[in-house]
Amino acid sequence: MKTFDFVGNRKKFYILSSALILIVILFSFIFGVQLDIQFKGGTILEYTYSGDIDTSKVDSITEETTGMGASIQTANNTLTGQTTLVITLPTSNGLSAESQNAITDALKQEFPDNSVEVLEISNVDAAIGREFLMKCLVAVAAAFVLIIIYIALRFRKIGGLSAGVMGVLALLHDALMVFGVFVIFRIPLDDNFIAVVLMILGYSINDTIVIYDRIRENKRLLGPKASIAELVNISINQSLTRSLNTSIATIIALSTICVVTIVCGVSSIVSFAFPMLVGMISGVYSTIFIAGPLWVTWLEYKEKKAQQNKNSGKGKKK
Amino acid sequence: MKRVGKPVFFIVFGLILILAYTALFGIKTTYGDTTTTYIKGGNDIRWGIDIRGGVDVTFTPPEGYDATNEQMSAAEAIIKQRLVAQNITDSEVYTDYNKDRIIVRFPWKEGESDFDPEQAIRELGETALLTFREGVEVDDAGNPTGTTAENIILTGEDVESAQAGFSGENGTEVVVQLKLKNSGVEKFSEATERLSKTNGIISIWMDNTLISYPQVNAHITDGNAVISGNFTIETAKELADKINGGALPFQLVTSNYSTINPTLGMGAKDAMVVAGLIAFILVCLFMILVYRLPGVVASIALLGQLVGSIAAVSGYFGNFPSFTLTLPGIAGIILSIGMGVDANVITSERIKEEINRGKTIDGAIDLGFKRGFSAIFDGNITMVIVAIILMGAFGPADSLFAQLLTPLFFMFGASTAGSIYSFGYTLLVGVVTNFVFGVTASRLMLKSLSKFKFARKPWLYGGKTK
Repeated sequence: MKTFDFVGNRKKFYILSSALILIVILFSFIFGVQLDIQFKGGTILEYTYSGDIDTSKVDSITEETTGMGASIQTANNTLTGQTTLVITLPTSNGLSAESQNAITDALKQEFPDNSVEVLEISNVDAAIGREFLMKCLVAVAAAFVLIIIYIALRFRKIGGLSAGVMGVLALLHDALMVFGVFVIFRIPLDDNFIAVVLMILGYSINDTIVIYDRIRENKRLLGPKASIAELVNISINQSLTRSLNTSIATIIALSTICVVTIVCGVSSIVSFAFPMLVGMISGVYSTIFIAGPLWVTWLEYKEKKAQQNKNSGKGKKK
Repeated sequence: MKRVGKPVFFIVFGLILILAYTALFGIKTTYGDTTTTYIKGGNDIRWGIDIRGGVDVTFTPPEGYDATNEQMSAAEAIIKQRLVAQNITDSEVYTDYNKDRIIVRFPWKEGESDFDPEQAIRELGETALLTFREGVEVDDAGNPTGTTAENIILTGEDVESAQAGFSGENGTEVVVQLKLKNSGVEKFSEATERLSKTNGIISIWMDNTLISYPQVNAHITDGNAVISGNFTIETAKELADKINGGALPFQLVTSNYSTINPTLGMGAKDAMVVAGLIAFILVCLFMILVYRLPGVVASIALLGQLVGSIAAVSGYFGNFPSFTLTLPGIAGIILSIGMGVDANVITSERIKEEINRGKTIDGAIDLGFKRGFSAIFDGNITMVIVAIILMGAFGPADSLFAQLLTPLFFMFGASTAGSIYSFGYTLLVGVVTNFVFGVTASRLMLKSLSKFKFARKPWLYGGKTK
């Protein structure tokens, strides 16, 4: 079996990943990060209608009933073939059911021939939205910490704590990639984003663990003679077919879901399955090219430092 | 290692097929017009409101009002009762006592196009009107009529409090104890004096819903009444909550709500089913092409895992209630199927490796499962960690996981994201099915199959052909 020197070529992968991360960060600074109203609070009213609607009249209706300026858009829903009218209001405490009803009634009165019907209403209190966002972040952080602890315990024979930290660094890499897809494709971050991130984390850490497991086993088989770089490289190569095949299977499944939902025009699922697909690819990449090599870099750095300390210690004795 | 005989494969395969059939289609008998469901099938899955449309709303007391826990649970009781009164039986109601919030979710009813969600929300939040009326005359629609409509003895404002308690000769009978305000004592005394002579009835109404109609046995002058009947502690507490709710001193304000029209969601569901089916077939083909015999076994195990997940959300196992399946919940199923594929890939790769090292087929299978297991185990346990955190953070506040995680999430209110809770649940179920099907069932099937003569060729396990 041909072996590929993942550890030896690690600098190239670090540069690639750093460049990708840099692009994501630049993008989010230049274009801004859109939060769904689930997180930032506000009101979105969505109506279906037929024929044509004068959006400036809609604007004056919402202005009259709520006293707030609204942004108004019309859109085509490819799934149902309906035309929709989207009114976004910057409410901070949420819109009361009464004023929301008033808007609907006024719209129906103003456009009696356009059969205006409510399609979707989302209305979130800004404080609850922020709290929800914080809760999501704490949940993700807690998951990180517990995963590190678990890996540290299970892999203590091969220096589990640093292995856990490096695994989590690879996870952050994947989470950033998912985040990048949301930012670059202008999908507002909502609870689906959290679900996708968590799923990719689960998938990617599982991938990483499979390689760590191989390292643990090889350490037992090869003994202390093998250098850490050699050990990691052999292990990655041995697990390579498995990593690729599992990824191919999952990528087949997710691409099918993407394609079918695009054909059927189910945008809500595309905006869910597509970031997942990207995260999946990032997950297998970070496992093979980042987590293991990064860990080697860390251990070699520590070894060097220990060596230096030893030398300087000897120096003093003389 | 225990010996596994030839028939084992057929037994395991058969069991998975039976599970698949029953989990997908359920077991039902139709006698005349009544269909009795013994086992719930795929059609009984409760889809989350992000898929089938529905209403998600958060009620709070008006700003600046600090409601007590009793008032909050009374308010919850009212909302539940009104949901039932509006014929919405499929709802979830959570109360967060720390932040004084009540979260209500209910799906859009199927085939109901003129349902007005805003109207429903408004009615849920209205202050309830509790009335005690004379007699129990009810018209066809269940509304009070005749004397009962005209003669209102007390309203909620006359009631100080209600609670469940014990009374009777031995103090063993469960009753609801009523304490009236001064404004009600005289009115009640007059009515009970009149009605106790004829053993008349006083009916208790919440808005236009009859909640109880006790018989008047005594003339009550001190404003302390007792409602007896065949109460259990639960039903007595329920009635007391309802009566207290009628005396609720605040109005419920909607601060958060969203409604999703079902036309959006159900198309998405159909697309998901088609996509899932195609994806599943492609993955099975891939596994069989790459891993041959272990691939066939893996495909059967994956079928088991998929239907196992479906069974866990549809309420197939009687003692597990059915579970609302949301889009993130589907992601959880996809992830766990992915983990199942992985478990089979890991073992199949190991078996191939061992065979190429010159091991016998039996030895290779044993070693493959043994060596592969630690990776599968560690990977799945990390999934459990993620799942438990999600269920604790975003599930009902009184669940076990939530209480375990209280130190972590104490500063946050109850979840507003049932959708993510669903993700945690399907993931946790996925881990369990992974061990049952992806590890145990696969091993039993493969070991049993390898006893057959046709299955003695290393090629079938991915070994190199010489």
